[in-house]
Amino acid sequence: MPRVYFDNAATTPINEVALQALVEQSRELGNASSLHGFGREVRKRVEESRERLAAILDCHPSEVIFTASGTEANNLALKGIYWKRRSEDERRKVVIISAFEHHAVLDPVTWLREFEGAEVIEVPVDAAGYINLEFLTSALENRRDEIALVSIMHANNEVGTVQPIKRIVELANSYEIPVHSDAVQSFGKIPLSFAELGLFALTVSAHKLGGPVGVGALVLRRGVDITPLLHGGGQEREIRSGTIAAAAIVSFATAALAADRNREKNALTIAGLRDKLEAAIFAAVPDAKVNGGPGERLPGILNIRFPNTESDSLLLLFDSEGIACSTGSACSAGVQQASHVLISMGLSEREARSSLRFSLGLENTESEIDYLNTCLKRVIERARAAYRSSA
Amino acid sequence: MKLIAAMSGGVDSAVAAARAREAGHDVIGVHLALAKNPKKYRSGARGCCTIEDSHDARRAADVIGIPFYIWDMSDEFHENVVENFLTEYSAGRTPNPCLRCNEKIKFAAVLERATAMGFDGVVTGHYAQIKESGDGRTLHRAKDQTKDQSYVLAVLNREQLQGAHFPLGDTVKDEVRVEAKARGLSVALKPDSHDICFVPSGDNAGWLRERLGSEVGPIVDTEGNQLGEHRGAYTYTVGQRRGLGLTVPAPSGEARYVLRIEPKSNTVVVGEREALAITRIEGERPIWCGAAPKLGEQKRGLVQVRAHGQAHPCNYLASANGLTAELDQPLIGLATGQAMVIYEGDQVIGSATIAATA
Repeated sequence: MPRVYFDNAATTPINEVALQALVEQSRELGNASSLHGFGREVRKRVEESRERLAAILDCHPSEVIFTASGTEANNLALKGIYWKRRSEDERRKVVIISAFEHHAVLDPVTWLREFEGAEVIEVPVDAAGYINLEFLTSALENRRDEIALVSIMHANNEVGTVQPIKRIVELANSYEIPVHSDAVQSFGKIPLSFAELGLFALTVSAHKLGGPVGVGALVLRRGVDITPLLHGGGQEREIRSGTIAAAAIVSFATAALAADRNREKNALTIAGLRDKLEAAIFAAVPDAKVNGGPGERLPGILNIRFPNTESDSLLLLFDSEGIACSTGSACSAGVQQASHVLISMGLSEREARSSLRFSLGLENTESEIDYLNTCLKRVIERARAAYRSSA
Repeated sequence: MKLIAAMSGGVDSAVAAARAREAGHDVIGVHLALAKNPKKYRSGARGCCTIEDSHDARRAADVIGIPFYIWDMSDEFHENVVENFLTEYSAGRTPNPCLRCNEKIKFAAVLERATAMGFDGVVTGHYAQIKESGDGRTLHRAKDQTKDQSYVLAVLNREQLQGAHFPLGDTVKDEVRVEAKARGLSVALKPDSHDICFVPSGDNAGWLRERLGSEVGPIVDTEGNQLGEHRGAYTYTVGQRRGLGLTVPAPSGEARYVLRIEPKSNTVVVGEREALAITRIEGERPIWCGAAPKLGEQKRGLVQVRAHGQAHPCNYLASANGLTAELDQPLIGLATGQAMVIYEGDQVIGSATIAATA
């Protein structure tokens, strides 16, 4: 049985060159913070990687703060900026996010609300998967002096819709309110310039673009200090402590470079595969619907609603055929919840629970889509029978 | 065959799944999530539905080498088991939720879903045997009499039995643990689950009071004389002796027992042990997993009225909506709402819910 991986939004296969860099750098002895020759050698590779990433992200190298994950970078940004801004002016307790942020943003913000007195304003999302700019505009206008920060994701991880970050920053700038954006899903796939977007802070992660799991970065505007989460050696700009993970960082930069170098070509290839997959699905399941869009979308994400099915049945059945996809929803103790992303876009619980995310990457091929096509009708029929049995 | 193994996270279902796999079946492990909010029902270590149990099930599936998924059956479970449990108690009966779960969840919702998805049946770690005969599949007691669970499976109908697989029926529990260890399953020494899985504290009366209120009512004798008070009639079970809190001694000096619960007047009636003796049991909603007897034809058999009780010789008679058993010897203290299960030898013939006794 073939094994087909359509879950690149969860994590991507590691890029061969990035893997090599990871292994090779892991052999090098020395702590990047040590002052001797061993340390300097390692440090040099870390700083080269920082510069490389900065060039790709269009920011200054000192703006790149390495973390152990995108989740950590989001926590650092949200809590750090909130604490900092509130300490400057205690009225600033409002955090504005979109209604369909990733849990790595939602949960820290919920924590701020429960334990740090934050007031959270969720900007609603329309049926196509884009935030309501009018709502945001009036929230900024009405609460300007009370807002600690705004955090809106660059591209949604479940439906792939790209948010108008530049416009959001322009709106917030008129009140000098900092904007953070979680770009974990978009980095390496579509243009991303820290400078051009005018952001205050930006989160990226390695393992969504061919790098290793366990390294991410917060890009944080120069000249601002935020309150750290981790206290220790202060290795990363006194904002993030912990021994610098040189091998992971070098590998991250290598993967990012590879992704960036061929970004436009890759995006075309992947979007082509996505369109072929979409067409195959519609041919076999005429009542299927795409969640997300029309509008700018990531090339690799296809979120489909299959009426009269349960997505966890679909996942099991596709998995039995060797095909990996995702229900795109969070789980608590393994229990599938209806996706808050799809719910925020106005889908009913039932509709959300019948949706499946296919996310494509560079290693996918047309023949894999042909293979999926041979299983598709059988899978849908069985999932529908299972759905009827529970109705 | 393609089979779904229901894996609770305990040793029995893990070994059952391993055996099914070893027998050459195409097996997929499924853990049933029975509570939407795990903290609600699964905060304790009891039962089979804690987060830790789902982790144990996953690790067992890894060791066995089968795919593993979690199926959310929390809505079905709440509707069919938890709500039924409350309704039954508030009507003065004593339900058995494990039977209900087998009837409505494991061998209904799960089996139906599995069948729809192209599977041939469901494997569980229950201790019971299925035998094939010219008459189709029949349900029998387990080899391990102390672990026999045929009573809680007697709610399956013939069709459900077709899709049920119990690989542990011919093995004693101690051997199952030894086998689990030999297979490298970390749950080999995990204690058996007891109590009701959705009452994590194990305090059934307290759990019922929280949901049904704790309205004070009288405890009376058979003449209607008030002897004391209770906090919720439904927390008592017919035949119960302890925990009545009565200070007035009985005229005879004998201990008093709960004779009946009258939910409408919120009254608990107590009396002497002899008053609990019954020889006739009437059941409703009969289910036949063996050959259904002809209506009105009296047959000889055995009736069991508790999960771990004895089987009592009886004559039984099926009617359209009922089942009546006449016992050879009187029986003491029988609560309505429990199941009466008819056996012939070690074979389960059928069951019904006890509605009345005399």
